[in-house]
Amino acid sequence: MAQQANAVELHNTVKRFGEFTAVHSMSLNVTDGSFVTFVGPSGCGKTTTLRMIAGLENATAGDILIRGQRVNDIPIHKRNLGLVFQNYALFPHKTIFENVAFGLKYRNVDKQTIARRVREALQLVQLPHVEDRLPRQLSGGQQQRIALARAIVIQPDVLLLDEPLSALDANLREEMRVELKRIQRELGIATIFVTHDQAEALAMSDRVVVMSNGFIEQEGTPEEVYNEPASEFVANFLGISNLMSGSVEDASADTVKIAVEGGPHLLAHPREGRGKHKGDRARLAVRAEKVFLAEQHAADDDSVIIDGTIDAVDYQGQAARYFVTAGNLSWQAVNPIDRHPFHEGQAVKLRIRAQDVVLLDPARSGNGAEQAG
Amino acid sequence: MLSGWSLIRLGTVLVYLFMFAPVAVVILLSFNSSQFGAFPMEGLSFRWFVELANNDAIVRAFKTSILLGILTSVISTTLGVMASLAMVRYEFPGKNLLNTALIAPILIPEVVLAVSLLLFLQFLSMPKNFLLLLLGHVIFTLPFVVLVVQARLVGIKKEYEEAALSLGAGPIQTFFAVTLPLLMPAVLAGMLFAFTISFDDITGTLFWKPPGVETVPTQIFAMLRISISPEINALGAVMIIITVVLPLSGAALARRLARRSAE
Ligand SMILES: Nc1ncnc2c1ncn2[C@@H]1O[C@H](COP(=O)(O)OP(=O)(O)O)[C@@H](O)[C@H]1O
Ligand SMILES: [Mg+2]
Repeated sequence: MAQQANAVELHNTVKRFGEFTAVHSMSLNVTDGSFVTFVGPSGCGKTTTLRMIAGLENATAGDILIRGQRVNDIPIHKRNLGLVFQNYALFPHKTIFENVAFGLKYRNVDKQTIARRVREALQLVQLPHVEDRLPRQLSGGQQQRIALARAIVIQPDVLLLDEPLSALDANLREEMRVELKRIQRELGIATIFVTHDQAEALAMSDRVVVMSNGFIEQEGTPEEVYNEPASEFVANFLGISNLMSGSVEDASADTVKIAVEGGPHLLAHPREGRGKHKGDRARLAVRAEKVFLAEQHAADDDSVIIDGTIDAVDYQGQAARYFVTAGNLSWQAVNPIDRHPFHEGQAVKLRIRAQDVVLLDPARSGNGAEQAG
Repeated sequence: MLSGWSLIRLGTVLVYLFMFAPVAVVILLSFNSSQFGAFPMEGLSFRWFVELANNDAIVRAFKTSILLGILTSVISTTLGVMASLAMVRYEFPGKNLLNTALIAPILIPEVVLAVSLLLFLQFLSMPKNFLLLLLGHVIFTLPFVVLVVQARLVGIKKEYEEAALSLGAGPIQTFFAVTLPLLMPAVLAGMLFAFTISFDDITGTLFWKPPGVETVPTQIFAMLRISISPEINALGAVMIIITVVLPLSGAALARRLARRSAE
């Protein structure tokens, strides 16, 4: 057995609703104690995948394993999972105590132990004095904490959270983000978290699974999926990216040089040149935060400097988003503001560092479409 | 001068008078001490209620009606809740057709329903019996229960049940711990509906009842054919109380329960 056991494994799991395939042959491991996030636009199959793991939907094909045991034929109430919904789903006719104690009643736990464990769970979510209240007497954020307490008090093998923060307002959401992460760390419980919010995904996860159209586009640490997007879809979904086509001019061991169509030559990091040859077609992405604007840049070997003009400015307080024309290309740049933002019509220089230029996998730059077809 | 609005107001008052005056008259006359049911009333008395209680035929009819009503409401509500769960929570072929079939007894004229059930029984060459009467009443009240329960069930989010399942409660435990309590207002309303409809049904009952068995409405009907006794006023008053006060108080109770279990 491997050192790190897998809390959840998906092996070529498929879900079809009639003719429609919501989840295409998906394979994935969630290691013990890790926090894994499914992120993707609405309708990409996140909830369906989570519900298959929970046992609320039957997989059309493929295997689902929890703690090494195949669970395809085990009904939900025998799977020992913690489930948290976007709309809390606290039982409205039961007190907070009864809500949190609910799962323990079906687990042969004596009354005193139930009382103690409910108290501990409420302490963990920092709501110790609400046992006798009804759910509707609590705010949305408090209700979601109770829902979390109810899910973890049964010591589940996996915690499954479907957009648990989406119903909360922005400030509370960030507070809960930190809180949820703290509780997950404290308990060391394997967690699958579903969200359509890229910031949440990047902030909370050990691993991010970017999904689109029922496919996994990329799986990796937040840094990997952010800095080295595998596909055009990922580059665009996580933040703003400048996407370009071009051809490889040079792919030697220490420099990779790309001629961008209708634009400049860009340098890319040598790791990006692996397996590439002179003349190959290439799709490349540069994050908007990595396009540095200045009136003057000192030249260096590892970057390319381009002349441009500011078309429009989107002022955001501590940063600004600029639309810049350089030659035949339009760029987007998001830069922190040093005193005053650049203004429309101003001439600027764009600096693109080699380490920030990512070559996309051409087979995967169709947003899953080719694979679906 | 009469403006348009006051004409409408007057019309409304007259319509209500027309609807409720006979009811008021029946209740008033049930307390009349005279032998003849007419105004002016001679004096107040509970005489006719006492006679009612001493009339074996009426007491027997009451017992039959109440037994029939309770059995109908229990069976109808149990079936109605199960049917509604199937309709709202599960997908299966022919669902729409079945749903229409469940509601259909409301749309079919009662006489047609009564005769067809009777013919069906004859086809099976079975004699009329209490079970047939009960079956008829269940068929007849089921759509009302299904409509009330389905409407509420649609409003109960599936997530409650899914949460209970995920916490280790089996499907049946989930039903009793979560679904049924949340459904309770509709269940009570459905039971009351079924009881009241069964209690004052006459058309179907006349066709279905075995010889010698009378319910309160058929008993009144039989008595009216002989003479208009003041006892009938008293009986009418009791009927009004059972069929009006019971549902109203039931509705009030249901509303209170609903408020308590609302989010
Ligand atoms: N019960 C269902 N019947 C038919 N289609 C469904 C059902 N549930 C989900 N879908 C479809 O599957 C796709 C994925 O849905 P879902 O997993 O809920 O997406 P997400 O959670 O990523 O927004 C959507 O196109 C949705 O319409
Ligand atoms: Mg979803």
